[in-house]
Amino acid sequence: MTLSLQIFQFLLSGLTTGSTYALIAIGFSLIHNATGIVNFAQGEFVMLGGMFMITFHSFFKLPMLPSFFLTISCVAAVGLLLERGPIRQSRSKEILILVMITIGASISIKGLSMILWGKNPMTLPPFSGETPFVILGAAIMPQSIWIFGITISVVFALNSFFKGTLTGKAMRAVAASRRSAVLTGIPVNRMILLSFTLSGALGAVAGIILTPITTTSYDVGVMLGLKGFSAAILGGYGSMPGAIVGGLLLGVSESLAAGLISSEYKDALAFLALLAVLFFKPSGILGRGRVRRV
Amino acid sequence: MGKRNKIYLLIYGAIIFTLPALLRNNYHLMVLNVAALNIVIIIGLNLLMGYAGQISLGHAAFFGLGAYLSAIFTTTYGLPIWPTMLLVLIITAMVAYAIGIPTLKLEGHYLVMATLGFNVIIYIIMIQLDTVTGGPSGFAGIPRLRIGGFVFDSDRKIYYLLWTVSSGVLLLSLNLIHSRVGRAMAALSHNETAACCTGIDTQAYKVKIFVISATLASLAGSLYAHYITFISPGSFSIFFSIQVVTMVIVGGIGSLWGGAFGAILLTILPEFLHAVREYNVLAYGLILMVVLIFFPQGLFPGITQVLKKREPLILEKGN
Repeated sequence: MTLSLQIFQFLLSGLTTGSTYALIAIGFSLIHNATGIVNFAQGEFVMLGGMFMITFHSFFKLPMLPSFFLTISCVAAVGLLLERGPIRQSRSKEILILVMITIGASISIKGLSMILWGKNPMTLPPFSGETPFVILGAAIMPQSIWIFGITISVVFALNSFFKGTLTGKAMRAVAASRRSAVLTGIPVNRMILLSFTLSGALGAVAGIILTPITTTSYDVGVMLGLKGFSAAILGGYGSMPGAIVGGLLLGVSESLAAGLISSEYKDALAFLALLAVLFFKPSGILGRGRVRRV
Repeated sequence: MGKRNKIYLLIYGAIIFTLPALLRNNYHLMVLNVAALNIVIIIGLNLLMGYAGQISLGHAAFFGLGAYLSAIFTTTYGLPIWPTMLLVLIITAMVAYAIGIPTLKLEGHYLVMATLGFNVIIYIIMIQLDTVTGGPSGFAGIPRLRIGGFVFDSDRKIYYLLWTVSSGVLLLSLNLIHSRVGRAMAALSHNETAACCTGIDTQAYKVKIFVISATLASLAGSLYAHYITFISPGSFSIFFSIQVVTMVIVGGIGSLWGGAFGAILLTILPEFLHAVREYNVLAYGLILMVVLIFFPQGLFPGITQVLKKREPLILEKGN
């Protein structure tokens, strides 16, 4: 295999994982835009997506499509409960306290998953076989096609939701200015609830499409959350195009680093990218310079 | 540091140094020794959370950096223990400075993710770099602490050393928060913009507090390595970072006495819960959430507030 072909191959696998990072990053941005907090449970949503899908599809033997939608509803419900319960009930509305509550929620979800699903890694069969297609000499798994297709449709759906519906516009108004949104009569609390629910659903989608190529276990949430957060920072925190660019960029550079340099330290790259961006351009690649230096 | 704190410190010291005489079981002493080390970490973390308004989810990494660097330098390269410990403290401080400078400059909670990422990386290195660190099976044969010819080779002997260090750190921190620097820190924690306007270099203070707190974690790590004489990556995972954050929150953010109380409570408590080890992670998550939701001030200040009227703030005491 020539070097350029190898690089093309790494590029394809990088774009595959990068698409899921993009979905996680969008989830971070949604909650951040509505509330200003970093939701640490985002990675756990992804883990839950994989776990619920395995439960419905492999244990209860439900067909793929119903399991897919059942899983998304279940994880969206977890997101909803997280907002309705701990975040809404919190006596203190300080950002520091709310962020730490999501850390607590993340640990609780992880601990509960360990008890429910055990400690062993679990797998999910790919959606449609394992015979790779060959494009320009590089092999591409059918699952990768699924990942691209689903990510693109989700992004388009979200885009038309935010641009075309009243609810979507209301959510953008809350992100732009919470105070003005209240004054125009937008039910801000309901929009915050919706952003948590949507984030849960997005995490679930990322978990479902990613699990067939990576396997899952109760403790993958932290790493996936960290990758998604790095992707969001890389592209520009709070911006949706930024989240997508950041996710793809992170996925590709990680895959190239793993293939050409060392696979043991590939996880280190996400963190190095994060620190580099924070150091040189904290608003991210596509950011609008909203990050305020204090 | 206030008359009341002096009295508290005397009572605290009296209890600590008479306790070993009452305890016959070495295992109990070991648990208390670990609590002393946790207190050192918690004091640093509490300064960061209470005064800089920042969370670190990477204190296990700084703790681990202290432990592993001390272990490698003294065991593999045969360097003397005490100077090495000082060297390790300086190295950790520089690492913390490198992380703190870019992240603390920004508004928001970038430090949380940066430190979390740092913890993950350090953990990966501990496991992957097995020719130096011993990999997943750990690093054994670390020399014990000694002063002159006196070797700290039992739980009882090292008890006095660890608690002296831990109480010393507590004393210094109490002095710190009642000094000019402490009042600047208190101003910073109340209102950053206002503090900035009165001429306090808030960013420099935040970085300083972060470096101090990482250095304290590293000190605890070095002492831990030379006390237990065996270390493995498992002790320095993100879960430990979350445990120490939980200790601070249970004890009360910004309350040094509360933090010490939280550290002792949450170090001893799991020893009673041996039977339910499987539920350990869940228990920590729930404790963290419930305390945060209902007692955002912490359990210890919550209890004392019930017992007496609201404790005056450090700013109001201002001696």
